[in-house]
Amino acid sequence: MSDHNSDTHLGHVLPLSLLLKVFFALVGLTGLTVLTGQMELFGMDLAIAMVIATVKASLVCLIFMHLKWDKPFHGMIFLFSIVMVGLFLAFLTLDTGQYQADIREAKADEIHAAGLDVPQSEETHAAEERPEPEASGH
Amino acid sequence: MSTTTTPEHSDDHGHGHDHPEHLAHHFESLEQQFDAGKLGIWAFLLTEVLFFSALFVAYTIYRGNYPEVFRFASQFLDTNMGALNTIVLLFSSFTIAWGVRNAMLGQTGLLKMNLVITLICAGGFMMIKKMEYEHKFHEGTLWAGHENTIFRLDPNDVPEDMKHHSTAWDNRNGDFTMAVKDLDPEFRQKLGIFFGIYFCLTGLHGIHVLIGMILMVWLLMRAMKGEFGPTNFNAIDFGALYWHLVDLIWIFLFPLLYLIS
Repeated sequence: MSDHNSDTHLGHVLPLSLLLKVFFALVGLTGLTVLTGQMELFGMDLAIAMVIATVKASLVCLIFMHLKWDKPFHGMIFLFSIVMVGLFLAFLTLDTGQYQADIREAKADEIHAAGLDVPQSEETHAAEERPEPEASGH
Repeated sequence: MSTTTTPEHSDDHGHGHDHPEHLAHHFESLEQQFDAGKLGIWAFLLTEVLFFSALFVAYTIYRGNYPEVFRFASQFLDTNMGALNTIVLLFSSFTIAWGVRNAMLGQTGLLKMNLVITLICAGGFMMIKKMEYEHKFHEGTLWAGHENTIFRLDPNDVPEDMKHHSTAWDNRNGDFTMAVKDLDPEFRQKLGIFFGIYFCLTGLHGIHVLIGMILMVWLLMRAMKGEFGPTNFNAIDFGALYWHLVDLIWIFLFPLLYLIS
């Protein structure tokens, strides 16, 4: 009965060289994402960072987590969770757009009611140079 | 996992019927036992992804509504610390993946070494995280509602001693694009949202790292007893899958929080 329990039967043994290659690829991609994060990419920075993160995540999933050699069903479970997150995100993003205007209005009233225009003597210089200086590309 | 609790089924398996030592009685074969466990851990990882997704959705919605707030707030995070922590976690992912290989091949010595390295990396990650958190508490760059947060609508509400020792408040060293005290009040208040999301996401992730450390200690203790081998590496494999998920989440957290240009 125990003769069919060889080591290759239960799991796929990954060669050490492959694990090392994946590790160095992940470190390289981390360096790349830090580099692109510091560059001015005209609104593409988030997209590029997410592409790099997805490539890194795929490497971890496929190699470190054995999904490449595993039963496809396990990969499906994982993909299913990602699809569900996508749905969650999509619905709530649609929903939040519905009442942003109301929130802004209520917020403006709150600030007005708090009487924050009163200590203007020390805040006038602040009002001139509002933040959002590098509000380019969104 | 395969140990049974009833007295007649002790670990030495001297109870007169033949089956592999690590096979629990309710499974047909080691393969079935392994597959059942593997399905279980993947189902658990699915719930973990959904668990974290709520915070990622919060992040997306607030960043979508206030991109300039996120861009400004991100400069209070130390990219070097974040990048260092990424490398530490990636390395620990590598060592635990190597550990799975060791367990499958019966390399007990290497397995113990890799579990120890993974544990040390996890501890190192938490130490770096602690340094980052301490700095934020010192600076008052905290979530809305914390008594010492400097992100307040009314500057008079900021505690005096925070104003004195927070360099972010008046941009003392010129590290930031603008002093927090000079910001538009409404904008300043919204910075607290970013830090609320930052502390929730990194905090929940940190809790997972701590749980992972407990897991590594447990696996190490079992490895010391020589429990793992080519026919019994399920716990190592499943523990490693959990650890990789913790790494996966950090892979996304790092650029989303630290690298907003």
